[in-house]
Amino acid sequence: MDLLTLLQLFDSSLRLSTPLLLACLAGLFSERAGIFDIGLEGKMLASAFMSAAIASYTGSVWIGLLAGIGASLVLALVHGVASITFRGNQLISGVAINFLASGLTVVIGEAWFALGGRTPQLEGASRFHELMLPLADPLRGIPLLGPIYSDVISGHTIIVYLSLAMVPLSWWVLFRTRFGLRLRAVGENPAAVDTAGVSVVGLRYAAVLICGVLCGIAGAYLATALSAGFVKEMSAGRGFIALAALIFAKWRPWHAMGACLLFGFLEAFGNRYQSLELFGADVPVQLMQALPYILVVLILAGLGGKAIPPRAGGEPYVKER
Amino acid sequence: MNDAMPKWADILLIPIINLALALFVSGVVVALIGENPFEALRILINGAVGSAYGWGYTLYYATNFIFTGLAVAVAFHARMFNIGGEGQAALGGLGVALILLFVDWPHWSLGLLAAIAASAVFGAAWAAIPAWLQARRGSHIVITTIMFNFIASALMVYLLSKVLLVPGAGGSPETARFAEAVRLPSAYDIAPWLGFSRSTPLNISFFVAMLAALGVWLLIWRTRLGYEIRAFGFSEPAALYAGISPTRIIMIAMLVSGGLCGMMAVNAVMGEAERLVIDSVQGAGFVGIAVALMGRSHPVGVLLAALLFGILYQGGAEVEFEIPGITREMIVVIQALVILFTGALDNMVRMPVERLFLSRRRQPVAPLPKDPTHPGGNPDAGKVEP
Repeated sequence: MDLLTLLQLFDSSLRLSTPLLLACLAGLFSERAGIFDIGLEGKMLASAFMSAAIASYTGSVWIGLLAGIGASLVLALVHGVASITFRGNQLISGVAINFLASGLTVVIGEAWFALGGRTPQLEGASRFHELMLPLADPLRGIPLLGPIYSDVISGHTIIVYLSLAMVPLSWWVLFRTRFGLRLRAVGENPAAVDTAGVSVVGLRYAAVLICGVLCGIAGAYLATALSAGFVKEMSAGRGFIALAALIFAKWRPWHAMGACLLFGFLEAFGNRYQSLELFGADVPVQLMQALPYILVVLILAGLGGKAIPPRAGGEPYVKER
Repeated sequence: MNDAMPKWADILLIPIINLALALFVSGVVVALIGENPFEALRILINGAVGSAYGWGYTLYYATNFIFTGLAVAVAFHARMFNIGGEGQAALGGLGVALILLFVDWPHWSLGLLAAIAASAVFGAAWAAIPAWLQARRGSHIVITTIMFNFIASALMVYLLSKVLLVPGAGGSPETARFAEAVRLPSAYDIAPWLGFSRSTPLNISFFVAMLAALGVWLLIWRTRLGYEIRAFGFSEPAALYAGISPTRIIMIAMLVSGGLCGMMAVNAVMGEAERLVIDSVQGAGFVGIAVALMGRSHPVGVLLAALLFGILYQGGAEVEFEIPGITREMIVVIQALVILFTGALDNMVRMPVERLFLSRRRQPVAPLPKDPTHPGGNPDAGKVEP
């Protein structure tokens, strides 16, 4: 494998890990506040559809992005109402949201566009385009560092950089602000937060809505930056992979970035080497495609050491027993 | 909380209200995409139960959903959430195909017994790894079973397109047709006087599903093991204190669950398709979640809910045929809404209904009009999100 191939592989890893990273940070906020969310997948899918549909109607990717975030927020609110207000089972609520998104995107897509669940091909201003970072061209000549800067780091859509910037921002919000301290406390010991006179319900709703916004950006990225339009089931399990990355990262932002880059690399690797020969035998393409899912299982099996979730995770908070 | 309302309200009234809410929202969705929901409902019911042809398909689908619904229900009793029904049923199909393709069975009855055993073993095996990981490593069973669905799907594509493919099948990845000797009697063969057509998919597996429901009832409510499963589901610390091994209960509950999902293939692969095709499960594993939730994880409830979803599936196919504006995925939407209202938003209906019953009961006993205490003992019960 020569340097150029390797650089292309890293470039594509970064591209593919972006939706995972955004969804993973979304899950981070929600789960740190004690709300398990297996509906990341559904929220991404709903946002992917809505952003592509609205971008194709209006011709503006930014309005599409907002619409996508809106769709994701609606589902986040459903999850909040079910799991915070009505103290329902958070897993069941998440599963329902995944199915709801998977069904509604096709039903509405078919009614609006009649293209078999797709949205029209996006082009021009209705898509996010690659940005060239300053000095990308002149610096290309520098050995090793030049190509890394101009081919791997430069040349991505704005959302890629936004997602990378979200990592320190999430860390700062969660670990250096009063809001973050309370949000984490509500996931560990909500009764203590309640005793201190801070609203558990309010904090948890805030976390669920932040989760909705981030999933919305992730979904819009899938449909308007990574591809040029919505395709049925295009989230392809990324919401679940993001959850596994979150567990692997033990609910910490910087580690989440590392985990998501790993999964992105795996996907890029699988895409590039569709047919791979190992020890004289052909590795089936299906195995390459299943690789991220297998890694998820291995990670959950404890490959990354013991992961302890937030203590009050998954439990509805009941004031006054 | 348990004695706040009579039992019939808990097992009948609340699921019916939940279902009505889910259907109402589905109707709103149909209206929003510009179709007439009442017309759709008429076509749906007529298509599903208006003819022997419709009943044949409705009960065929219901048979699938009985298996997967029972599977999810058994896991629920041990407080395990098995979302891996799709993968387990796909592997069950592989078991059925292997045992029917590579062994010559002289009679369908022997083939049926072998297929039941093979499908159950394969389905259970696919559930075993997530179960063991949950029991021993604490890996979240919801995520691992979903991952095993994806892995199963990749595995089946590989096996069907590379290993089990018959030469000259026209390129579609599927196995050879099973022998004529193992063709299961269809409803037409068993009861031609009921008006089923020769091509009806309903077959003798329906009775296997009934027996499975009886078996699950016996297991959960009439055996020591079932008691342990329920005790574990109610309270893990209490079960632990009573000397019940969590690993054993999780493994057994998930193996039974996976086995039941696998047995779905007896109906779909052996009974209907008579060969193994790509995506033989067609979402039935996921429907099982809605069926188990609606049926309150009780075999009788599962039977009724499976029939309801059979009606939705068959009727939905007719609706798609008659009204092209409504696609098949509408069923997934209805399924999602049923899961949402019966599973996650259960308290939204339960709290007001409970208060209603309490206030009705209170009236003759406490004639004092001004009662300062809360009627339900739950101060938040009346809070409703706008």
